[in-house]
Amino acid sequence: MNVAIVGAGPAGLYLAILLRKLDRGVDVRVLERNAPDATFGFGVVFSEETLGALRDADPETHLEITDTFARWDRIDIRYQGRELSSRGHSFSAIARKRLLEILQQRCRELSVALEFGVEVADLPGADLVVGADGANSLVRRFCDFGTKVQVEGSKYVWFGTDHVFDAFTFAFRETEHGLFNAHAYPYDERMSTFIVECPETVCRAAGLDEMEEQESLAFCEQLFANELRGRELFSNRSLWLDFPKITNQTWHDGNVVLLGDAVHTAHFSIGSGTKLAMEDSIALAAALARRRWDLNAAFVDYELERAPYVERTQQAASESAAYFGRIASYSHLEPIQFAFNLLTRSGRITHATLGVRDPQFTRALDSWLGGRPVSPPPAFSPFELRGVRFENRFELVESSVAVTPDGRTSAEEISRPEGKLLLRLMHAGRRGATQPRRLGVDLPLPDGWPVVAPTKRPYGPFGAIPGKPDEAAVLDAFVAAASEARAEVLEIDMAHGYLLGSYLSRLTNDEDDRLRFPLRVLEAVRAAWAGPLAVRLSVTDWHPRGNSVEEGIAIARAMREAGADLIHVEAGQTVHDDRPEYRRGFLTALSDRVRNEASVPTIVGGYLTTLDEANTIVGAGRADLVLLDLPETQVERPLKASAQLLGELRA
Amino acid sequence: MNIGVGLPTTVPGATGELLLDWARRADAGLFSSVAVLDRVVYDSYEPFAVLAGAAAATSRVRLATMIAIGPLRSTALLAKQAASVHGLSGGRLTLGLAVGARTEDFEAAGVEHKGRGKRLGEQLAYIRGDVDGDRVGPSRDGIEILVGGLSGPAYARMARYADGYAHNGGPPRAFANAAGRALAAWSDLGRPGKPKLWGQGYFAFGDADQGDAYLRDYYAFTGPFAEKIAAGNLTSARAVKDYVRGYEEAGCDELVLFPTVADAEELERLQEALA
Repeated sequence: MNVAIVGAGPAGLYLAILLRKLDRGVDVRVLERNAPDATFGFGVVFSEETLGALRDADPETHLEITDTFARWDRIDIRYQGRELSSRGHSFSAIARKRLLEILQQRCRELSVALEFGVEVADLPGADLVVGADGANSLVRRFCDFGTKVQVEGSKYVWFGTDHVFDAFTFAFRETEHGLFNAHAYPYDERMSTFIVECPETVCRAAGLDEMEEQESLAFCEQLFANELRGRELFSNRSLWLDFPKITNQTWHDGNVVLLGDAVHTAHFSIGSGTKLAMEDSIALAAALARRRWDLNAAFVDYELERAPYVERTQQAASESAAYFGRIASYSHLEPIQFAFNLLTRSGRITHATLGVRDPQFTRALDSWLGGRPVSPPPAFSPFELRGVRFENRFELVESSVAVTPDGRTSAEEISRPEGKLLLRLMHAGRRGATQPRRLGVDLPLPDGWPVVAPTKRPYGPFGAIPGKPDEAAVLDAFVAAASEARAEVLEIDMAHGYLLGSYLSRLTNDEDDRLRFPLRVLEAVRAAWAGPLAVRLSVTDWHPRGNSVEEGIAIARAMREAGADLIHVEAGQTVHDDRPEYRRGFLTALSDRVRNEASVPTIVGGYLTTLDEANTIVGAGRADLVLLDLPETQVERPLKASAQLLGELRA
Repeated sequence: MNIGVGLPTTVPGATGELLLDWARRADAGLFSSVAVLDRVVYDSYEPFAVLAGAAAATSRVRLATMIAIGPLRSTALLAKQAASVHGLSGGRLTLGLAVGARTEDFEAAGVEHKGRGKRLGEQLAYIRGDVDGDRVGPSRDGIEILVGGLSGPAYARMARYADGYAHNGGPPRAFANAAGRALAAWSDLGRPGKPKLWGQGYFAFGDADQGDAYLRDYYAFTGPFAEKIAAGNLTSARAVKDYVRGYEEAGCDELVLFPTVADAEELERLQEALA
């Protein structure tokens, strides 16, 4: 067996070591385009978990790697002249150059053939070919892996500095061009990595896209002079870059297999790239050992083991990249909430898990929200709106009521307001006259009443053609219902393609001023109702020709200006054939954007089933009130039916 | 969690006699359902015809399509076939529907591949709804409907029209992920209660290599994915038990295990593993 590994980065070298350890009869060569001492980037980050895996896989290199490690457990957030710290996060980092030296040395000890300055023009001839040649992999081009490359996040540039940070540091600097942020961490006793990031518009406004390397370095040095304590930045081909998110439909083709950045990247803001790459090497070597060099079986094992974990990490990395892209919209948050929002940005840390790592931090957050030195978690903090005081953030009970008989979805619906906490006034529009929801949704009644909408397009299959709404009558009905309503919060339903929602989208309304009638209704209800007033809104239509999130946020802003106190964030259902993105908490990111970009308090649901989710959402300022889907508590479990049944059948 | 068993309608060498015998044994055994797959261009049996036969051979188990490719059939005929199996079996049909994955099936059936999602939506609205004034009988009342698929629109169709979700198989964590999406869609569409969650897996006890080879062949149209499906074939009692436990923990309501070897002995070995 002979193996050719293309790329002498951490993944390629580490795999070479593990394969030689596995079987000394195997010839391993590593082909690298650059010289042995050429390095790009400065430091790389590892977690405790990865270190454990490295120790088990090769104790010799583990010892050397950990000898030169920088370790810390603190994250510092420098924001609006304040510094907040969170403890209990175990990180370690090493100079990329040092890591490569250790791995190269170990390769030589194990008689791996290291060939530097070799440009591969075609697939090298070998029994097993490994593409460990990074995000711009050449090996990928020689085979068919179904590679997809998408740019994610903001513009960024890597520097080094001789200021040694003593924590992972996030720093933010407002400029006349917009907000910049830096990610900094130490990687040995002399140096730190220093990454500067800003949205593309800010990058261009500051002229960074046209500056020479030294000029942009000087710009960043001056901008973050405070954080750098007067120390220098060092460049190493430090250009402003776009981050490519790479995915592959399959990780192997014939006798060729990919690992590390060649097969998947994860945005630098969660610092997982090298960790993922070296874990790939461990998994691939283990699969080859288990399958006794049956390449195909080993490749399948390797991919099946790694893909789910990589997918989750990439998802978290994308959330984190998007967060830093819209960072400017959080500048109104209190520093403690800003910091908590940052720490929980990728969904991997929640209020509960942070509470285990750093109880002091969550206590500070809780007491800021609760207004007392010792306060319960965020979901239990009080909230006040127009003189109505909520004792917690999750006790809202929804009740929907149609303002007119023809505005009901089904005949079973009651059409008189009840004294519930959140009373939603709705008119079903073209989604009216359907069967009760236990049978299904949007199933037309055989003898239904006529429905109305701004256009004559039916909602779903077999739906009735809508007639023209009598706007004056609808307006009067909303006002009449509002005047009679008894509730803590009154809500106008403008979501999900019901009558008012169907005015808001160009998919369902051909007029230019689509907010005209919904705003009239809102203003009239506002005049008739003195308490808290919410508008339920599909912030995006989840449809290529429908309202985008940006348009939805603009509508939310218009609703706030017209008197809405709260936006109840929903998405989709404007049309029957939308393309929803369902998962646990699927509305949380939308609510975060509406609340922080349209500056309006929000209510959010979206299949949230735990108090921890509510605590994290409220604590991070992603919503003000939360609607939980609490599963029925099941204490007793039914006896296993199968065994019992079998006994009865045989008796 | 209930456990159902697949009939080997797509496995090479399965005779009509074996299929009916298999259904009879499953009905006398511990399974709560027998289920079939759907494919046109392959040496396989038509799902509704097989379930009609199984209806006659059984008295207790549910009869499930897991799944049938709705848009291959015209809406009224699909409804009529389903209602007929439902009637023949005394109301035991579970109708799992999805859009299908192979263009060659659509070509062979002479049906447009494009627009299949929209057509499935119409079929579901027709079968579940009350739009033909009872002209196309027999009665469809009480047909349990499942929808399969992993796209956002598939989850929405499931939550809008069906009683539950049919997953396409894989490790328990893949099922758990899909189940979370199905529950989120159900909640978004305001359906009361919870959707029924059906999962599936493949097994072979006797000649596992033969079973793996069948899976590689059956799923050859997925390219490299076929190897991953073959790698998931459950080939020991221990693997079956772990899989069952994993699905139960992930909230599965009914797990259907499909054979990959057409031998009645396989069914007996599966019962032993589950006992």
